[in-house]
Amino acid sequence: MMDERLSENAEECLEAMYKITRNGKRVSTSALTEKLNVSPSSVTKMLKRLDEKGYVDYSPGKGANLTRKGIRNARRITRKHRLLERFLHDFLKLRRDRIHDQACEMEHSLSDDAEMALCQVLGFPDRCPDDQQPIPPCDFEFSSCEECMERREKGIDEVNLRKSDTMSLADMKEGESGRVVFVRGDHKVMRRLLDMGITPGTTVRVLKIAPLGGPVEISVRGSSIALGRSIASNIFVDPDKSE
Amino acid sequence: MNQPARMKVFDDKEDFNRRKITIALAGNANVGKSVIFNHLTGSNQIIGNWPGKTVEIARGKLNFENYEIEIVDLPGIYSFSTYSLEEIVSREYILTEKPDVVINVVDASVLERNLFFTLQLKEMEVPLVVCLNQIDVARKKGIEVDDKKLQKLLGVPVVPTVAVRGEGLYSLIRSALKVVKEGPAKQKIIRYGDEVEERIEKLVSFIESKPIRLEYPLRWVAIKLLENDPEIRKLIPDSHKDIIEYSESLSRELEKIHGEPGFSIISSERYSVAGKIAGQVQKRASGEVNISERLDQIVMHRVFGYVISLLVIGGLLLWTFFIGNFFSGILSRLFEFFQPVDPQVSGTLIAILWNGAFGGIVAGITLVIPFVIPFYTLLTVIEDSGILTRIAFMMDSLMHKIGLHGKALIPLILGYGCNVPAIHATRILESRRERLLASLAITFAPCSARTIVLLGLVAVFAGIKWAIILYIIDFLVILGVGRIAFRALPGETPGLIMELHSFRVPSLWVVMRQTWIRTKSLIYLVFPIYIFGSSGVQALYALGILDPVGRLLSPLTVTWLGLPAITGILLIFGIVRKEYILLMLVAIYGMNLSQYLTQIQFVVLAFIGMLYLPCLSTITILAREFGWKSSAIISLTNLVTAIVLGGVFYRILSFIM
Repeated sequence: MMDERLSENAEECLEAMYKITRNGKRVSTSALTEKLNVSPSSVTKMLKRLDEKGYVDYSPGKGANLTRKGIRNARRITRKHRLLERFLHDFLKLRRDRIHDQACEMEHSLSDDAEMALCQVLGFPDRCPDDQQPIPPCDFEFSSCEECMERREKGIDEVNLRKSDTMSLADMKEGESGRVVFVRGDHKVMRRLLDMGITPGTTVRVLKIAPLGGPVEISVRGSSIALGRSIASNIFVDPDKSE
Repeated sequence: MNQPARMKVFDDKEDFNRRKITIALAGNANVGKSVIFNHLTGSNQIIGNWPGKTVEIARGKLNFENYEIEIVDLPGIYSFSTYSLEEIVSREYILTEKPDVVINVVDASVLERNLFFTLQLKEMEVPLVVCLNQIDVARKKGIEVDDKKLQKLLGVPVVPTVAVRGEGLYSLIRSALKVVKEGPAKQKIIRYGDEVEERIEKLVSFIESKPIRLEYPLRWVAIKLLENDPEIRKLIPDSHKDIIEYSESLSRELEKIHGEPGFSIISSERYSVAGKIAGQVQKRASGEVNISERLDQIVMHRVFGYVISLLVIGGLLLWTFFIGNFFSGILSRLFEFFQPVDPQVSGTLIAILWNGAFGGIVAGITLVIPFVIPFYTLLTVIEDSGILTRIAFMMDSLMHKIGLHGKALIPLILGYGCNVPAIHATRILESRRERLLASLAITFAPCSARTIVLLGLVAVFAGIKWAIILYIIDFLVILGVGRIAFRALPGETPGLIMELHSFRVPSLWVVMRQTWIRTKSLIYLVFPIYIFGSSGVQALYALGILDPVGRLLSPLTVTWLGLPAITGILLIFGIVRKEYILLMLVAIYGMNLSQYLTQIQFVVLAFIGMLYLPCLSTITILAREFGWKSSAIISLTNLVTAIVLGGVFYRILSFIM
């Protein structure tokens, strides 16, 4: 099952919330107003609509936080945005101060296929050109970028590759748990993770998320393991239903 | 301590043909191998509650009954599959040197993960004894492990122990010897899932049908081939390419069934077996509230975590300052009571030499002991408690700024004690690039020798405030230089993967022992140099050799850095040991240095001494680990940084003071 299409404004709103705080913490309406540069009343209206559709939890006066569905969508838009920035910067040689707005316009109409192709053409970038922000890894079920290349070359139908339930470990909240679906990364990292017991099907629990993009502590098979944020964002899990 | 530490029990019918055997200790990181090793051999392995400190193979001797046992402590690893240095070293050792018994030390509180490794040892068909360690920690976590049942399921002897207290080690050695005497019991093969097992058997019979002899157990080779292990593939001669081809086709079949790469399937299989065994032998009592987890809530808190990290590192240094200063003062007064240590540059050569040597002894005792012992005591407590890995966790994002990840903080902090073991400890990092970056940062960390110079010059003659300021500047220099080096050596910073072990209360015995081991090795290194160096320098000075050299370097020392000409010589000798800078100054001028140098000069000299070049031992170990070229580059970076910043610093100081 795929999530339905959202309006551009709704996507902008999710993206802004994701930028302010990952992991679905509460964001105040005023912070959003500032970020989106629109009136408070339209932000409130938007949040209410998103709440009805299950993307955010909104409580009047206190702000809103992204639900899992919201985080997933926000992450995809953010990824498209930052990939486009790279494209505009590296290929079209647009000025740095121009690429952000341009990417904002384009991100909403970029299809998943085009996103995948763009990622390959750009050589699997992991950072934005302007502020060195990390580009969230895609959540297509590939264990490596090579596998993605191979699959695309062979022209295998990509429908349903994206399981809408999977979430990256880095996007989970403290205390949440889930079963590992797949792990992406270079051979060495993957092996090490497997050796530490992070195998597909294992239940992992997020214990602690360090601030400032620091590591994530997880509990797996009775031991605690600290994982750098980039590694954690390449581990995809099927979250347990206990929100 | 306990009996196992002194197990020199001889049988009365001891024969004279004592049998020599080898026992290897293998297991995950931080399960207590080094503790067991020390108990058995009375040897000097450094223990700490962070993974990966045994980065080389340690060997020790134990005489037990009529056996002369060589105990080998292998580095802690999680698997034989990853390509880290430690894993290769361990695998090579077990496969080629074939120890008589391998004792697999297993952490009873994290049984499943530890059994994953046990299963691999079993696949290698080595004579095995499982040491079920830390049963006390497991019990505190509410986990009871049925060792009898585990023994039955694994088909190898299992001995429960509490290594820190020496409990169970006697029976452990007995079990190991029993395996040597009677030969290992018939290996009980642990089977994986049907579709995997079927392909292992196919591959085994395929290899068997070929006219080749492999030195290793066939089943193990087959499993490794299905995992696509490159090292094992190399074992198959080119004339038998078909084995590789066959294994690849089997591996592909498995990949089709599971939708994962071959190595991932085998790891999952092993883990599922390990999980099953662990589930059968573990009894979980009602979950006692875990103190360790509660402590984690504070130590890794998003705000307090940083505060605590800073307090711990800062506290370690301040503690060393104040305790050191206090005892150093008492000791110097004691010595002055016996004989004033004023240098003598006239009279007979013997008198000059004796005077210098005595000055060296005094300097050693009054400087090394008071500062080094408190530093190492607290460092051991920090290490052993497990707080060091938490600090590494909190500091991960900061370390990324200099191209490293959190784990690199551990060697860096060790560098504040002595650079040499710290550079050695960079082996816990993944790549050569990371190790180089970390080592460069370490050479800028003021080790205890530099701290001595710093305190001897600055704290005494310019006030403790300046010593602390210098420390802070040094910290900024590390960040700055690290950042530049990161730019110069671009590349991907690998992510952090580090196990966080439970907190534990450091044992007094371990702390005292470690402190002594570390201090002792420093004393052995330092005292002779102090004594001979001090008298030698005094003699050279008396003979009038030093002045010309000092004049030669004076454009640098006097003009650029604003120091007395004599410091040129100090800095040259300081390369041997940093303490020389202070030592020689005392040898030349006597204890009352403030008559000869201004406050600014003390601060600048200490600053230069802290940064300008690593000592000879550090340069040597850098060359050994990375080659002479890298060693030279790192040393020159130090020198240039020190001279440039030193000159600037001198001008700023003259302006404000």
